[in-house]
Amino acid sequence: MTLTKIFLICGQVFFLLLFAPLVSGFIRKVKNNLRMRKGAGILQPYYNFVKLFSKDQVVSKHTSWIFTATPAIVLASSLCACFLLPVFQPELSLNTTGDLLAIFFILALGRFFLALAGLDAGSSFGGMGSSREMFISSIAEPAAFVSLFVIGMNSSSTSVVAVAGAHLFRISTLLAGFAFFMVVIAETSRIPIDNQETHLELTMVHEAMVLEYSGRSLAIIELASHIRQIIFFTILSWFLFSFLNDAEGQWLQFPLKLLVISTIIAVLEVSLAKMRLFRVVDYLGFAFFIALLAAIAACMGM
Amino acid sequence: MINLLSQQLFYFDPLVLFFLVVIALVCAPSAVFSIGYLRGEYSKGRSIIATVLLALFVLSMCMVVTAGNLFSFLVFWELMSLTSYFLVVFDHTHNKSVRAGTIYLIMTHIGTASLMAAFFILYAHAGSFDFFAVKQAAAAMPAQMRNTVFLLLLFGFATKAGVVPVHIWLPFAHPQAPSHISSIMSGVMIKTAIYGMIRFFLMLLGIGPAWWGVLILALAAVSCLVGVIYALMDHDLKRLLAYHSVENIGIILLGIGSSMLFTTKSLALPALLGMCAGLYHLVNHALFKGLLFLCAGSVVKATGIRDMEKMGGLIKVMPWTAAFFLIGAMGISALPPFNGFVSEWLTFQAFFAGILQSQGWIKLLMVLCVATLALTSGLAAACFVKAFGITFLAMPRSYRAEQAKETSLSLKLGMGFLAVMVIIFGVGAGVIAPYIARVAQDVLGAPISVFSFQWFNLEITTGQAISVSPFIIAMLLLVFGFAILGWLTFGLRTKTARYNTWDCGYYALDARTEYTATAFSKPFRIAFSFFLMPYRKSKKLWDSFYHVRSFTYETHTTPVFERHFYEPLLGVIYYIAVKFRKIQPGSINLYLLYIFLTIVILVAITGIFNL
Repeated sequence: MTLTKIFLICGQVFFLLLFAPLVSGFIRKVKNNLRMRKGAGILQPYYNFVKLFSKDQVVSKHTSWIFTATPAIVLASSLCACFLLPVFQPELSLNTTGDLLAIFFILALGRFFLALAGLDAGSSFGGMGSSREMFISSIAEPAAFVSLFVIGMNSSSTSVVAVAGAHLFRISTLLAGFAFFMVVIAETSRIPIDNQETHLELTMVHEAMVLEYSGRSLAIIELASHIRQIIFFTILSWFLFSFLNDAEGQWLQFPLKLLVISTIIAVLEVSLAKMRLFRVVDYLGFAFFIALLAAIAACMGM
Repeated sequence: MINLLSQQLFYFDPLVLFFLVVIALVCAPSAVFSIGYLRGEYSKGRSIIATVLLALFVLSMCMVVTAGNLFSFLVFWELMSLTSYFLVVFDHTHNKSVRAGTIYLIMTHIGTASLMAAFFILYAHAGSFDFFAVKQAAAAMPAQMRNTVFLLLLFGFATKAGVVPVHIWLPFAHPQAPSHISSIMSGVMIKTAIYGMIRFFLMLLGIGPAWWGVLILALAAVSCLVGVIYALMDHDLKRLLAYHSVENIGIILLGIGSSMLFTTKSLALPALLGMCAGLYHLVNHALFKGLLFLCAGSVVKATGIRDMEKMGGLIKVMPWTAAFFLIGAMGISALPPFNGFVSEWLTFQAFFAGILQSQGWIKLLMVLCVATLALTSGLAAACFVKAFGITFLAMPRSYRAEQAKETSLSLKLGMGFLAVMVIIFGVGAGVIAPYIARVAQDVLGAPISVFSFQWFNLEITTGQAISVSPFIIAMLLLVFGFAILGWLTFGLRTKTARYNTWDCGYYALDARTEYTATAFSKPFRIAFSFFLMPYRKSKKLWDSFYHVRSFTYETHTTPVFERHFYEPLLGVIYYIAVKFRKIQPGSINLYLLYIFLTIVILVAITGIFNL
């Protein structure tokens, strides 16, 4: 590993850090336009950061150091996962530090602490949010891992270099992509699983968990979830656009792929209604069976 | 007549040494822990008895794994069971302890009986109790006989390991023992059964048919899921941990079972990887489960309660215990860079290597194992959010939790050592895994390398450039974590106010309005209701038509295995016993007649068969 490569990787992580809020802003803009509204500008997430960073924060007096440390741990885990994620070129990541599965484990670290922080203030909202978040994420896990294994089987390795660089078009990859897409919707708290726009007690999941955060801590947590989202979208793009995967990589493809994925998500969010919490089991069960079908197809070499 | 002394009494190979290291790693800190733990809990005489029993227990475990022949193995096995029984019923004034001890004693002896039967069959074929003779004889045994021996041994060892459905003693016995004993029982004693499985299935019985491996994988998968689902439902801190032992034994057996299956199909590298994963998870589970039980012990000593619903806020009064428990919880939830992450990642990689190299149905079986392990680790993380969050965070839910004090130095030393080990076995995986690989190579007799030795990276030599580096992940997390934390704390000019938790403006938030463990696990209870079959009772006391004065709410889950398997079985046994009581009317003349008849029959048999 040369110094230039490390330098480039750091640049790439920095790019993801800056670019991630834009994706959320874009999705929000598309959603608003579809609803015949003007909506906030595409740069609104950045304005939110400026606002949050300039505000004082209120911390519950019942909290412990877990609550204070959580924003840092969550953002650190998201950034650490970014280092393992090749974006512009398959070679452009710390690929000896972890593979596709490791990225998932690292993201789980952030979620674990967020759920703990939700319980820390002693509020029922936080507890409800943590409980639901852990529920959804643990039920999503089988579908996520099986679809990751399918793309791994098709490229004969779980290493990100191999997966992102394998130029192939198989039915199994696309099918696994469908399952993974359903997982991504659940993991990025989008409709029909969760709704980022609501603060209604009975329906919120992720927002309930971070309800006690304010000011700069909230900004850090929001940034981390933007980054999480872009990580999931990037992995999803390897599934859906597997015919574009290329060992060389192209600089322009990445933003275009994200554009397509974000638009699909935005359209889905506008056209679907949120599900009841216990329907999520059926939803993710369906995703798991699609992933299993993809695995059978991959075993047959399709 | 068998001359027992002429046979090899002890036996050493890398596998034995590996298990001795595991025993030492958990027993030493537990013993240190017991110094402070016993003080104040028991009288001086009873403390001495506890210490002597502890020493005997540890010694018997060491002798089980070093036993050189079937006979000594059985003797030490029994010694281990008995000493642990006495430790389980150490608090003999509690009704619960006695009951737990009885269940344990019965289950463990059913298992031992099964082992004995298997050993006698082996002896009949080998003409000797010696491991080498048994190994040679096993190779020449007819297939049906080998299968019988396999099933008998599997039943015996599974009972000790706490594999579902013969796990029922475990959640009773482990929590009931003093905490340092729980830590050793869960951390090490159930692993001696895994030792037995590896020794007998892979090294003595040799390569078996594919269904051996498949059977173990199926049992492992069921254990994983059942263990973790019951753990999610349980709010007794120590019993929750005991159920997690069932789950983790399942994960270990996923590795070892896949290794057996791959060995049958002569896939050397996946087999080796599976064995490494199983052994690595074995030592990891010993470390974090030992740690968690010690932390639970520390909490129990400080508060005197085991019910999580009455705890809360302990992180403020017991910061050390909380930190150690958090490390253990992160280890068991497979979060990087701690040790559970490494072994679960290895297990996934073993499955992956198996999928790539095998054919047909094995691929699909492995995919199902992947799904099981993924669901298990997700649920385990959820369960430990509950365990840590409800026990240590927020406000104390009872007076005892409020009055808790941090425990003494020896307890902290015991916990601290294991916490450091949990971190070392995670971050230092690149150094430690090659040693475990050497044990696995010796077990499988496959001298191929599976990890290329690099200081910080753990790279699998399948040629697919799959590697992980918990060390670098840890460094990245530490650097970014502290940088962000520092910037948040000191780098900004905005202020931080400490105020009440948001309560929608009622200003009446107290411990009673907090989220409880029951509430936390409710989504899981509903999602898995097909298995848990929860039922609830609620009673309202009305003041008037408009006002409810009090409201009681109770929810339970149906213990499926007890209700639908063990209770009918016990019913049958009682029924038969009652019938048989008729031949025991208490008349001595009749008994003399029985003895006489027995002798006549024996003489007749020897006469007829000319023995």
